[in-house]
Amino acid sequence: MKNPPQAMDNQSDVMQKSIQKMHEKNGAVATQIRTIFCPITTLIPQRFWKRILLSIGQYTLATLMAMAASIAVAEPPPSIVTKGSGAAVACASCHGIDGAGHAKDGHPALAQLPQTYMTKQIADFKSGTRSNPLMTPIAKALSAEDAESAARYYARLKRPEIKATTMDPAVIARGKNIAINGAWDRNVPACFKCHAEGGLGIAPVFPRIAGQHAAYLVSQLQAWKTGARTNDPLKLMKTVADKLSDDEITAVSAYLATLGTQEKKK
Amino acid sequence: MNKSIQYFISAFAIAGIVSGCDKPSREAAKSAPVALTNNADNGQSRSADGSTPVSGEGDSKKSTPPKFVPPAESEIPKNEYGETVLMGRNIFVNTQQYARNYVGNGLNCANCHLDNGRKADSAPLWAAYVLYPAYRKKTGQVDTIQSRIQGCFRYSMNGKPPASDSKEMTALVTYHHWLAKGAPTGIKLPGQGFVELPKPDQKPDMARGKEVYKNNCVLCHGANGEGTKANGKYAFPPLWGKDSFNWGAGMHRINTVAGFVKANMPYGRGGSLSDQEAWDVALFINSHERPKDPRFKVSIAQTRDQYHDENCLYGRTPEELEVLLEKKSKAQAEDKVSDGQARLAPGQLEGYSPATAH
Repeated sequence: MKNPPQAMDNQSDVMQKSIQKMHEKNGAVATQIRTIFCPITTLIPQRFWKRILLSIGQYTLATLMAMAASIAVAEPPPSIVTKGSGAAVACASCHGIDGAGHAKDGHPALAQLPQTYMTKQIADFKSGTRSNPLMTPIAKALSAEDAESAARYYARLKRPEIKATTMDPAVIARGKNIAINGAWDRNVPACFKCHAEGGLGIAPVFPRIAGQHAAYLVSQLQAWKTGARTNDPLKLMKTVADKLSDDEITAVSAYLATLGTQEKKK
Repeated sequence: MNKSIQYFISAFAIAGIVSGCDKPSREAAKSAPVALTNNADNGQSRSADGSTPVSGEGDSKKSTPPKFVPPAESEIPKNEYGETVLMGRNIFVNTQQYARNYVGNGLNCANCHLDNGRKADSAPLWAAYVLYPAYRKKTGQVDTIQSRIQGCFRYSMNGKPPASDSKEMTALVTYHHWLAKGAPTGIKLPGQGFVELPKPDQKPDMARGKEVYKNNCVLCHGANGEGTKANGKYAFPPLWGKDSFNWGAGMHRINTVAGFVKANMPYGRGGSLSDQEAWDVALFINSHERPKDPRFKVSIAQTRDQYHDENCLYGRTPEELEVLLEKKSKAQAEDKVSDGQARLAPGQLEGYSPATAH
């Protein structure tokens, strides 16, 4: 036998000793490194380091788990959103549980719109300063509490990715120019001067317009133009819509629909 | 064939004679390029013309000169000059970020010089550039465009001025130069500066002004003039208080705000307020506190007497202002000289900044 038990014991002794020496050496090296980079840490005895590092690790893990939990489980939708109430049809049936709306049918994306803006729209549907064959009877049937809880729910959702329906680069470029620079030959300010850079909106008055369905945006700009919608403060949108041609309305709506979802990093 | 050529020539000749007939006869007009008429009657009250629709303002001039149109941003050339133009444009639009060492409040140049320094009747850059160097009563000297811009930083931005040869100043001057491409030098172009509103029918009133403010301005500028922030920076600027322009800025004058508001506010709806509403809200806005005049010396009274002999509420009440304006208008009527200008003979105003005091 090459390694008799006694020899192994001997060997493990030697191993132990050399391992211990290695630890001492590492410890010395570690201390040297710490002294250079953060002298204060050398004041903490080595035996506490393990405990400190373990606690930091545990707290970090706990925080990460809580964050993941909060993202995964946003506020649950109120029953008005999922089930509706009498003539007030469930919001989700057209606007989705995720607030994405519907591109072709023109149901707007509600996710991430300002809460106060949304409750104001319901009130305006009730009073007639805004009107739509589907929304008007629903809004009229909505109680104040239900409107508030639905608005609260949708306001807290992140805007999901929506599908841009026009990808014609010329049309989109034209729309982008209006959104960013305006059309000052006709005193039309840039959309982004009031609706914020990137069209993310300035709550509560100026709603997010980025990543909204083009068909919906077109219908609203036309509604201001025709006078079907009159609930804009200070006639700001009426003034703008009056001055934009139909082509420009199409272009700017197409551009805004391409702006996707989450805030773009600059 | 011969005959039709002759007819053409005579048609052009007649057109030329007819169009030459109603040009105002001014010596300065000879140097202007073909497209623009000299309309620079310094000190004369000017109605808003050009692109801004202002109701009730008639055009008293015989000729309507063509509007100067600055180039679009897409036309910035792709070369070193163009890069400097772009830098200037960025400083102008986002002064907070690109000239952060020089700003002392929350404003950006483009907050008042609308459409990034292009819009007529909101002190467009292309009109300012060609009027400098000019003598200014405010500084008591002939200012260059550089020293003029330094004043903007000192007062409107409540900050410290960049050096004349700094990269920020060079960029801003280059942006001015590019916007003014093709504009005639030394000519006061239509749309320059701010509209000079005629005296209101009723003297400006604080209570009425407060009402105008509440109904038209609060939405964006806040109930306390604090502006509106988005993503940590001002989307709509503060009109008074610590983050706004200081007492030395041209915008602290009531007649300046009245003209600015009339032509430009609410945003995108210039001309929608009456002259009276513009005067009233201007008085209200400029009655509030703002950062101090950097020229302050010894006392407010002394600083007022030295620097604020004008339509403003620096160191005086609205009632005292009324008395001052009465006095000035009497003096004007007697001397038949425009407000703020030195008592000079006509023709002696050449090379004077059309801004009466600033």
